[in-house]
Amino acid sequence: MTSQSLHFYRRGLRVEVMNVPPTRTLLQLIREDLKACGTKEGCNEGDCGACTVVLGETDAKGRLQLKAVNSCIRLAHSVNGLHLWTVEDIGTPEALHPCQQAMVACHGSQCGFCTPGFVMSLFAMYETRVRSGQSITREVAQEDLSGNLCRCTGYRPILDAAQRMASYPSPTPPMLLKSEHSAYIPCAQTANLPLKNQTNQRYHRPDRLSELLRLRAAHPRAQIVAGTTDVGLWINKGHQQFDELLDVTRVAELRRVERYPHHIAIGAAVTLHEAFDALIKDRPQLRDFSLRFAGLSVRNSGTLGGNVANGSPIGDSMPLLIALGANIVLMSQRKGQTVSRDMRLEDFYTGYRQNVLAKDEVLAWIKVPLPAKREFSRVYKLSKRYDDDISAVCLAVSLHLDGSRIDKLSIGVGGVAATPVRARKTEQLAHSAIWCRHRFEALKESLQAEFSPISDMRASGEYRRAMIGALFERFWMESQGEPVIRLESLGAAKQLEALS
Amino acid sequence: MKRDLPPTALPLAPSAAGQSLPHESAVAQMSGAAHYIDDLAEPQGMLYVAPVCSPVAHGHLRGIDASAALALPGVRAVITHADIPGDPILAAFAHDEPILANDKVQFVGQAIALVVAVDVMTARRAARLVKPRIDALPAILSTEEAMQQSSFVLPPVHVQRGDAAAAMKQAPHTLRGAFSCGAQEHFYLEGQIATAQPLEQNQWLVHSSTQHPGEVQHWVAHALGIPMSQVRVECRRMGGGFGGKETQAGHLAVWAALAARKTGSAIKLRLDRDDDFMITGKRHPFDYDWQVGFDNSGRITALDVTMRVNCGFSADLSGPVADRAVFHVDNAYHLENVAIHSYRCKTNTQSHTAFRGFGGPQGMLVIETIMGDIARHLERDALDVRMANLYAANPGNGRDTTHYDMRVEDNILHDLLPKLEQTIEYRCAQEAVLAWNSKPHHIKRGLALTPVKFGISFTATLFNQAGALVHVFTDGSVQVNHGGTEMGQGLHTKVCQIVADELGIPFELVRITASATDKIPNASATAASAGTDLNGRAAQFAARSIREKLAVFVGGLDGSGAGAIEFKSGQVSSPKTTRSWLEVIQAAYANRIQLWSDGFYATPKIHYDKKTLSGRPFYYFAYGAACTEVAIDTLTGESRVLKVDILHDVGRSINPALDIGQIEGAFVQGMGWLTTEQLVWNASGKLTTHAPSTYKIPATGCIPEHFKVSLWPQANREDNIFGSKAVGEPPFMLAISVWEAVRHAVAQAGGDVSKLNAPCTSESVYRALKA
Repeated sequence: MTSQSLHFYRRGLRVEVMNVPPTRTLLQLIREDLKACGTKEGCNEGDCGACTVVLGETDAKGRLQLKAVNSCIRLAHSVNGLHLWTVEDIGTPEALHPCQQAMVACHGSQCGFCTPGFVMSLFAMYETRVRSGQSITREVAQEDLSGNLCRCTGYRPILDAAQRMASYPSPTPPMLLKSEHSAYIPCAQTANLPLKNQTNQRYHRPDRLSELLRLRAAHPRAQIVAGTTDVGLWINKGHQQFDELLDVTRVAELRRVERYPHHIAIGAAVTLHEAFDALIKDRPQLRDFSLRFAGLSVRNSGTLGGNVANGSPIGDSMPLLIALGANIVLMSQRKGQTVSRDMRLEDFYTGYRQNVLAKDEVLAWIKVPLPAKREFSRVYKLSKRYDDDISAVCLAVSLHLDGSRIDKLSIGVGGVAATPVRARKTEQLAHSAIWCRHRFEALKESLQAEFSPISDMRASGEYRRAMIGALFERFWMESQGEPVIRLESLGAAKQLEALS
Repeated sequence: MKRDLPPTALPLAPSAAGQSLPHESAVAQMSGAAHYIDDLAEPQGMLYVAPVCSPVAHGHLRGIDASAALALPGVRAVITHADIPGDPILAAFAHDEPILANDKVQFVGQAIALVVAVDVMTARRAARLVKPRIDALPAILSTEEAMQQSSFVLPPVHVQRGDAAAAMKQAPHTLRGAFSCGAQEHFYLEGQIATAQPLEQNQWLVHSSTQHPGEVQHWVAHALGIPMSQVRVECRRMGGGFGGKETQAGHLAVWAALAARKTGSAIKLRLDRDDDFMITGKRHPFDYDWQVGFDNSGRITALDVTMRVNCGFSADLSGPVADRAVFHVDNAYHLENVAIHSYRCKTNTQSHTAFRGFGGPQGMLVIETIMGDIARHLERDALDVRMANLYAANPGNGRDTTHYDMRVEDNILHDLLPKLEQTIEYRCAQEAVLAWNSKPHHIKRGLALTPVKFGISFTATLFNQAGALVHVFTDGSVQVNHGGTEMGQGLHTKVCQIVADELGIPFELVRITASATDKIPNASATAASAGTDLNGRAAQFAARSIREKLAVFVGGLDGSGAGAIEFKSGQVSSPKTTRSWLEVIQAAYANRIQLWSDGFYATPKIHYDKKTLSGRPFYYFAYGAACTEVAIDTLTGESRVLKVDILHDVGRSINPALDIGQIEGAFVQGMGWLTTEQLVWNASGKLTTHAPSTYKIPATGCIPEHFKVSLWPQANREDNIFGSKAVGEPPFMLAISVWEAVRHAVAQAGGDVSKLNAPCTSESVYRALKA
């Protein structure tokens, strides 16, 4: 047996690529196997967006959903059965797509290397927003293009193009499957260098939870993957090789957000974008924060479960989930029975990127309580750049007041320890106290003393410690209704103008 | 056979130059049809290379163990210093860079060996299996240590005029300060890449993403020990350069050529982004010590500036970069008594290199910092202080000569600054900022309007030459080549516009092909903003020579003088008849008239004595000004640029859209340099900000909605192509207004601006606020 083949749909054709190793990336497949060199490699770690392509998948209601993703850190096998568009597929030099026409008219390319990525992000924006009648404002364009970097233009012409593309005549919607005939394509990598142990190589992609649990138990050595927004780096930059991968993103049950009377349950395979949408529904104040979680193309691939299970101390969803009092559900299949256990998120972590998951267990659900009546929750992030950057410090605070008395203070912190953590000492100190300036100062002092953050390229330990206090101060001000302006917000200039 | 040509009967503008035509590759770029080196069809049997890099900043290299790498399936060869048939040392200026480390390593990231394999990932994986044996030595990681140990790549340079020390003593006011600015990574979206292909008879074809094909040709020939005539280098376009592909591209091409020589196969070397960060040089970090004397109006009477330039482990272009910093310490201001000391420190880091502005930004940053501090000291508006220090508006009455003895003859800032000031109602804006800052609020605002005066020409006079070739084919279509390279700046578009106008034909008839060393030999780097000035003129001369031949021919047919023949809108008219361009070309060909020509241009007037650092190094100056408003959060030190207004001088614009693109792009890149782009080396000398995950260039969200650019409406006073001015670099320095606005806000918040270093990350601002 050789490595698996995979298939997808492109330009109305079913394309089958033979002998694709599990760790081959989508970008390698596009450039080296399909020989479609319009898609570029800029950074090979999902941070620049030059490799952006659009994937299409039919949702539960039978509608085709398009989203822009970074092909460099996406695994080739993950697009099995999906529709794929690269920059060559949406228009020709003679008949450009409106997003391409607008980019030409606005002088949106200079060196042109980031351009295919921007074009594909714009294409996804056009097909999902313009076609459904939404207008593209400057802010929407900034949000949707947060994962694409350009070093030449200064972005103004690209933002103009995004706002102008709706004014061109609308082309026919993207072509879907026309023929069931397959185009068979060999994989350049295996053609070049037959891999050893190919018989052991396997990319598993179950589509039911029971199958996932069975495979997990049967293949304890398989690396679990979801959006591979981090595993992609282990492969591209760490040169890690995996014989077996277990992809959870097709498991129907884990792609649901279920609403219950007191909580929502977010399936571990729900993308970050969809998970934040669900969280924002209950807590609209989280929107700015959600937009700062990587770029859109990473949020479109990465999953909330992946962020949680990966357990990076600077992962941004965990401090928030800890502060909101989230629980997680781990599941396994033992002796033919489905077994699950439920725990507080902070108890999941045992050390730097280590957790309590047993070899046969998977993270299945993240359960987030609905907002309580007198809950006041905020989350803050500090990074060198507002958008698409990793936190130096992340602080999430949820305050439940009973009158002026603190019923519950719940604090999650990132960037200050080996894992995402709950500020237990400070929380205890808050118990039943009055939420007043005096008490706040004591809590702030405690919060800063509770952790010993390290110094690295993102920030010094000293600054991180100071910032835990500063962000808590911001929380205090907001809780008092003081006019806080958050410079991270794209609307900061307008807020300032309105206040002056 | 008839080729498809655009119809010539289109209602076309009589002139292509001056129009905002799209980039000549725009449509191809949009549809993924524009080819970069990595996209070219690969020759049969192509192999791939990855470098083995030093993990140690300084040490004796005792050898390498490549056995594990060679044992990996797919690995074909490991190449070391011993495999270099020619000169094993690179570098034009000081001949101090080993192609591959031999007996010592000098920075973390220095290439020690190359691994060749059947695919990229195998090569990269194998490269990590090569184990160098290194005895570590103490490393020099800061300019302070370099100064203490007299570690320099080149001797210090001191430029003095008047008596700064005496004037300092007599000055009514004096201030002193010290600060630093960090390095900057180019972050061209297309990483460094080259391919090398052995051809017959020891000839070589190299594709290189380079701003300087001639230099790549030179180094490849040099390393292979063969004449330059046996190496052909080609580059259709780069995915960004910004100075980072001037000298740095040569290393890759040489490595690829050495691997091709050893294996006999075509080779591709595409650096992983992390390796690109680790290996290639950055913008030079500077440390400054300054002292200034000034009068009650804020006018500078004495200035003493010391610049410690962190050059990295070799000289590379550090000499001319540090020189340009010295030349631009004045920015727009007359300095009567001045002493500038420039130390070119040798440290164990990447060899810092050219980057848009080429030392100019680092030179200007210190004087603009001083201007802001003088204004605060005197409690005057900073714009007034800047105005008080400008060079004279008209030469001949004093205050008109730079500290390097060049007379400023084209100063337009006395008009340009007030124009911007009025357009944006600077005084009202400043009042509004101060009014806001008087409120007790955690957000403080800052506003600054700063000018730019940037010298145009290579300071090494010999580089100011260029050649071009224009071919007219028998179907009337035209092909242009010139010595410049396209990195996105629109040079090729402008050159096509110029040639179209010179021949009086539609822009669409003119096409450009890849820059190649066998078309234009000995071409200078596309750098110093001078690409269009030099190559545009050379192409114009080439086209003119064809036109003149055609005019004589048509004049002969119609019995009129050549001077009476007009070339316009695809028509050639004599007083007697009008013929189409195609008709004339076909008739000329039939009559054996030469339909192609070369052109050559050398910039006039310039001269410069390298020893005394004096003369007229620049043909002219490009000017501009920007006003930026920022807000800072005094709780965290975070900042945001709220508003930018720019008025910039590109002379008579050949293509306003492209020029505005250069201005906006340069400003944003400069803003990145001074705000979010922080390169951090750890205590062992390893660059820890090694990829875009940790190194943050501006993103879409960083761009203020109010971002307005206007072009100054006057032509270049010097005779330059179309009356235009160079635009690539000068607007980069408009971003110093961001730095000054942040400093203004920090001062308004009661912070200590003297503690602020660039880039002003939130941590840097926070420290200044708490100092």
